[in-house]
This record gives sequence, C-alpha cells and structure tokens, in this order.
Amino acid sequence: MSAPRGSAILAVLKTAGIEFVVALPDIVTSDGVLWPLARQNEIRLVRICKEDEGIGICAGLGFAGKRSILMMQQTGLMDSVNALRAVGVEYEQPIAMLVGLQGKEPGVLPSESAKVSVNAIEPILDALGVDHVLIETQEDEAKIAPAFERAFRNSRPVCVLIGTPPLADGAAP
Amino acid sequence: MMRRDECLALLANRVRDEAIVATYQAAFDWMRLAPRDLNYVSIGAMGIASSHGLGLALGRPDKRVIVLDGDGSLMMNLGTLATVADANPKNFVHLVCVNGVYEANGSHPLPSAAKVDFAAIAKGAGIANTGTLETLAAFEAALDTILAGEGPIFRALKVCAGAPSKQDYAFIHGAQTRQRFKAAFTR
Repeated sequence: MSAPRGSAILAVLKTAGIEFVVALPDIVTSDGVLWPLARQNEIRLVRICKEDEGIGICAGLGFAGKRSILMMQQTGLMDSVNALRAVGVEYEQPIAMLVGLQGKEPGVLPSESAKVSVNAIEPILDALGVDHVLIETQEDEAKIAPAFERAFRNSRPVCVLIGTPPLADGAAP
Repeated sequence: MMRRDECLALLANRVRDEAIVATYQAAFDWMRLAPRDLNYVSIGAMGIASSHGLGLALGRPDKRVIVLDGDGSLMMNLGTLATVADANPKNFVHLVCVNGVYEANGSHPLPSAAKVDFAAIAKGAGIANTGTLETLAAFEAALDTILAGEGPIFRALKVCAGAPSKQDYAFIHGAQTRQRFKAAFTR
C-alpha cells in the first residue's frame, strides 16, 4: 500500500476552492503538504502560533465567504477542543481540518495505537460529533474532497486525519 | 484612565461600515452603545477575538475590521500578535481594553497586571503601529488613525468599568446574531 501523495492533497485543496490554509507545522504533513504549500502562491498560507487561533481565523474567513482549512498535529487539535466545541460545533461553522497523527504506528488503526495521543483522537471527535475520515494510502485520497465538501455544504467541522506521512514530490513511494 | 463605555461611545459616534469584533465586557458595552448588524460577537472561546477578526480582515481586505479585545482575553492568546504582524492586514485594528482584571469571571487580577505593557508586547511581536491611550481626549485624537490609518494598528486602552451593561449571552451565542452579521458583512 502506497502512502498518500502530497501533490494529490494539494490538488484537492485547489479543486475545492480553498483560498487559505491556516497552519501550525506538523511533522507528518511537513514535507509532503506544508512545504509545497509554502512554495506556491495560489493558496495563501497563514502561519499561526497556536492551533485555537486557527479555529477563529477559519471562522472569520468563513463569515467573509472564503474557504479555508486548518492544518495541525493531533496534539494541537487536543489543545483546541474548547474552540472547536464552541465555534465549530455549537456555532455550526465549517472548520475543515487536516490533522497529522504524529506517532501513529504504521499499519495500525488510530484506535489500536499504543499511544494515548493517537488512540484518544477519534473518541474525542466522536464525543464532539465531529465528522472525520482517515487517510493512510493513495486509495484513501479520494475521501478528502468529499470530506471537505461536507464541511462547507453542511457548515460543520470535518477532520481529515493523516495517518501516514504524505509523499513529497519526487519521493519514492 | 477612562471609563470603557465613554471611550466606546466616542467610537460608536464615528463608525460607519466597519466590522466590530467585540468580546466579553467590551462586547456588552458595545452592544448597548451601538447595536448594529456589523457587530461580530460570537467569539465562542475566550482569547480568540482577534483571531476571528484576522480571518474577517484577510477574507475581506476591502472592509475595515476593528477588534475590541480585553486584556485577560489577549493574555490567553499573545501569539495572535505575531500572527497578525506576519499576515500584515492593512484593514485590521486591535483595541485592547486594559483594566487589569478578569472582569467577567469575578474581577480577579491578571498576573503581573500592574506591570504588563501590551503596546510593548505588540511592538515586540512585530506590529509597527502601536500605542497606549489613557484619556478620553487621547482616544478621541486617535480615532482618525483607528478608523482610517494603515493597519495593522494596535492600541491598549487604559479603562475602568463604566455604567453596567446587560450580559446578554443568549444574544452573543444566538444563531440569528451570526446570520445577520454574515449577511451584512458579505453584502
């Protein structure tokens, strides 16, 4: 099974009409997604200092009629649960998230990970009622566009969990 | 030191089509003084008013966004100042009501309340246009800059509480409040 391609994720963002990526660096998506994003100009990259800032920024962009996604590591998502609860869930705003599962063991489902920082994520999202999908392989790439589309169509948060570091352009699969 | 409601009343007399993002006590005072559809008060989580405002400003660079923050709120999200400096929105103004206490949570003092210099922190984070306003006359004199100067602009306002305002949390959290704002902001 091949790892997902960063280029495919970037293409999804552009096709989905994403104009802003609000991001705190995450080692899972750093080489495959965030560095390529930083090198292009079609989508504006907004660098932040703490993940819950990103919830507010994405909400504000949504009120301005702009589509955005928030990129972060799952530990940052844990740190942002209150903002996600209030702004995303209770205010029903389209907070679309791309979250790297740092420390997840290869080939192991998040729920079966030995690490609390990984195995707690899906239960936290479930408790909040936040829609989520897991991306582990190239075959999973097809789940990303519909997931983000659900966020914007339904005005609800959606979390795309990246379980395997996406390949950078030119990297061996 | 100025009364917060007297200070905000001066701003209320001058605003036109600016989006006003307000949180906690500043929001309650502002809603009493200037009820209007372009008020964005659904902050949700303490500390991120300026983050909401930054998103609005980046999404609509043709519209001016003025954030009415609190010092306790800003203390929870000091990184926002570096984020704003990096994004460098020309249409963004950050006003922070500094009273040294968590007024909505029992008026307990902020850590180091008497020593914190928010304008210096903002300057150190990379925002060039910063300052502290301590009197109504100084605030009135700064209004032209606040309403028309090139952002990002940061001002700390040394305030005390004025007349009590109704703490209408149902309005702040209400879906209709957000719908009215979005309709007005995207018009």
